[in-house]
Amino acid sequence: MKPTDISNPDFFHSVVDCQWACPAHTNVPEYIRLIAQGRYDDAYMVNRVSNVFPGILGRTCDRPCEPACRRSRVDGNPVAICRLKRVASDLKGDITERLPKPAQSKNGKRIACVGAGPASLTVANDLLPLGYEVVVFESEAKPGGLMRSNIPSFRLPEEVLDSEIANIVDLGAEMRYSTEVTSLKELVSSGFDAVFIGSGAPRGKDLEIDGRRAGGEDRIHIGINWLQSVAFGHISEIGKRVLVIGVGNTAMDCCRTARRLGGKDVKIMARRPREYFKASPWELEDAEEEGIEIIVNHAPKRFVIEDGRLVGMEFEIVKWNEGATRSEVLDTVVVPCDDVILAIGQENAFTWIERDSGIEFGKWDMPVVDEKTMMSTLPGVFFGGDAAFGPKNIIWAVAHGHEAAISIDNYCQGKQVTERPPTGMNLASQKMGLSEWSYHNDYNPSPRQKMSHVELSKRFADLSLEVELGFSAEQTAREVERCLNCDIEPVFRAPLCIECDACIDICPVQCLTMVEDKDDELDLRRYLTAPADNLDEPLYVSSKLAQTGRIMVKDENICVHCGLCAERCPTAAWNMEKFVLQLSYAGTSNNKGK
Amino acid sequence: MPSIRKPLIPLAPHATNALGLTVRDYEGAMSTLCAGCGHDSITAALVQTFYELDMPPEKIAKLSGIGCSSKTPTYFVSGAHGFNSVHGRMPPIVTGANAANKNNIYIGISGDGDSLSIGTGHFVHAIRKNINMVYIIENNGVYGLTKGQFSPTADVGSTTKRGVPNEVPPIDPVELALSLGASFVARSFSGDKRQLIPILKAAVEHHGFAMIDVISPCIQFNNHQGSTKSYKYIREHEINEIDSVFLRSSSEITAELPADSRVSVTMHDGSILMFRTLPENYDPRDRTAAMNYVHEAKAKGEVPTGLLYIDREIPDIHDLNDTTEEPLINIPFQKLCPGRNALLKFQESFQ
Repeated sequence: MKPTDISNPDFFHSVVDCQWACPAHTNVPEYIRLIAQGRYDDAYMVNRVSNVFPGILGRTCDRPCEPACRRSRVDGNPVAICRLKRVASDLKGDITERLPKPAQSKNGKRIACVGAGPASLTVANDLLPLGYEVVVFESEAKPGGLMRSNIPSFRLPEEVLDSEIANIVDLGAEMRYSTEVTSLKELVSSGFDAVFIGSGAPRGKDLEIDGRRAGGEDRIHIGINWLQSVAFGHISEIGKRVLVIGVGNTAMDCCRTARRLGGKDVKIMARRPREYFKASPWELEDAEEEGIEIIVNHAPKRFVIEDGRLVGMEFEIVKWNEGATRSEVLDTVVVPCDDVILAIGQENAFTWIERDSGIEFGKWDMPVVDEKTMMSTLPGVFFGGDAAFGPKNIIWAVAHGHEAAISIDNYCQGKQVTERPPTGMNLASQKMGLSEWSYHNDYNPSPRQKMSHVELSKRFADLSLEVELGFSAEQTAREVERCLNCDIEPVFRAPLCIECDACIDICPVQCLTMVEDKDDELDLRRYLTAPADNLDEPLYVSSKLAQTGRIMVKDENICVHCGLCAERCPTAAWNMEKFVLQLSYAGTSNNKGK
Repeated sequence: MPSIRKPLIPLAPHATNALGLTVRDYEGAMSTLCAGCGHDSITAALVQTFYELDMPPEKIAKLSGIGCSSKTPTYFVSGAHGFNSVHGRMPPIVTGANAANKNNIYIGISGDGDSLSIGTGHFVHAIRKNINMVYIIENNGVYGLTKGQFSPTADVGSTTKRGVPNEVPPIDPVELALSLGASFVARSFSGDKRQLIPILKAAVEHHGFAMIDVISPCIQFNNHQGSTKSYKYIREHEINEIDSVFLRSSSEITAELPADSRVSVTMHDGSILMFRTLPENYDPRDRTAAMNYVHEAKAKGEVPTGLLYIDREIPDIHDLNDTTEEPLINIPFQKLCPGRNALLKFQESFQ
């Protein structure tokens, strides 16, 4: 086997599962340790560097980090990473001094951003301090994009949204609200050095079946448009019986919003069984807790209109084969209702981009965008967020924004957009004394803490009453200790090893093995002390050991970073070292990490 | 000493043995020995051995004397019986315990000082009486607890950490045991669990005195260049020609029976001890051959390891004294000590 190259930042990064899974590569274990120490400002700033909106994401993130979390492989439940982020945001003090500063002088370059959602705001956040002039065009009267219009205020309070956006706008962005961009050609030719399109996926899909245009249109709503109208105060009530068609997170938001606007009997109508729902499990749970009924295997057939009024909807009751690829109709049923909300997906709408503008459109009529540089086929025009590759979520929009900002900076400074600043790393020993470490190395058996919610009876009175109460001090203290500190790596230096077996004997999860060298990884895995079922986590393989020529192998699957291998090592061949990934952003010097 | 206890991680599905116990159930307290001490590896081998033998913890009795080695019983099978005796006096305590309850598995843990200095007399007589026990000498050639003086197993010419050479010839526990007619003699190395664990299993199942001399480097005082008991020296000089496997159940026996096995010994519980490789013309049941082999290897500066000699036929102390089938501890006191009248009657029979 080839020894693992730990000087490549990707290796240790890939075993910090949460950070690796986060599109913006937020340094999760570091901020959790800071929360544990009560250093909320520092925890917030560690977040902000990568994900820009810790307060917003701490409530709304899709949490790609949590399914990846090593803790879930140890006791079945990941660390509540997302809600700890909220703790940092809620408890922070005044961080104004630590935010990026407006540029002292402008560099003369003008950037246009279309849409004031998370992608455009991230671009502004990264480019304004470098001296760029950033003009943001927003069709609505307030910034935030789908963060404002699509996420109900009982999940994301307006103050949180406003303050995190203000931190960016205050860097000197020129905000043009209520200004719809109608022509890309016109925009490009109006004196901008680069254009960033972060206009989202603003069009909700319609359901063109019988009865759709037969008089009941006023009671048939497109989910995201309806949520937007609620967010901007244009709609404040709904009928008592509401059917929501769709199984994604937007459908859940529609249901819960409907409950607050007067809906008493709100149902999710789903074509397929529950395991095929797109909504995050926790959003589904929250909806059910509020009395939303979920009805599966009902395929919409027609809207039932009587006397020009919507009175119900007819469904086919279907039975699916295994894998839910084919269905047969068993029966039909009419479900009476006052309103129907359609939340069956979103699409992009680039009606304002002329097809001869130089931007090539590909599959699904989506612009062709480079996944690394975020540049379209028209040099100087960049995409990000849902506008780039279709609906994803906020954290992806932020990641796109960072990458696009690097490209825009390169583009404006006459460099190749493909020239990416290097990713650096740092490894620093955490030894503070004999059997003493800079971090809390003991394994804490606490179960995942449950988020408390506002009582059901109080919830529906006020649309803006935030449902989740956040973690209490006690819950926070327990939850932070569940983190396994995956960034504090046992690092092995083969020449120091005397092959005494001490590390192998002490390891509580049997992840270490000394074995004769093998040719390939699958073969090697058969010889491990406790072969893992999970083959996704890499093996950390040493060079040959001096005395017997064997190799030291560490299976990264369930190491709990207790540091006992290093404490038991008589020669410090094992040592606990903190891995810090040094990410580059627009304006980072290219010499870093070299 | 480590900063924390070895955490109990609820790994699912956790492997269990026939008793439903995990390997973690056979652990003991956290070791306070130096990091890298060979004794801790022997402890880990014992944990693995008892786990794999499905041994009920309450059937095990761990006994020791004084020394670094004698601390180790604390570090395995916390559910077992234990006795930490006076320096060098572990063998008589085992003899007494064994006399009272012959059904327990007795594990005596000693060191080169405890067994071959202060306790030599007791060690020798325990061999003579063939006490049914496992006797492990954690042999590091040095008095670690008193900071590195030579022990009786230090080789001539090996040096202290400061470079002073030893001039007094050593006692070799293997030669001593062979010459006294011990029924089970083995030598192993703490850094080689693949060899040590099968030997430990065979020793546990052996009916009689099973002596295992385990070379166990002292990381603090005897792991330097002048040492002949360092990890490096042993790895360079160990000869591993005798390779034995211990096969417990009938399924294991049919699955692993190698066609070319030279010698196999059926243990008293029906399990089989099989020698896969042996030196030319070597029979581990031939005491003279074993003694010659050890002598010759030693003359060449080699350290022969493996299960060197086994004799199943030597009677143990209970056989010799024709004790009751039932362990004495299970016999009612009235019956064990029938009183003055019974004694007088008994004495009368001699008049």
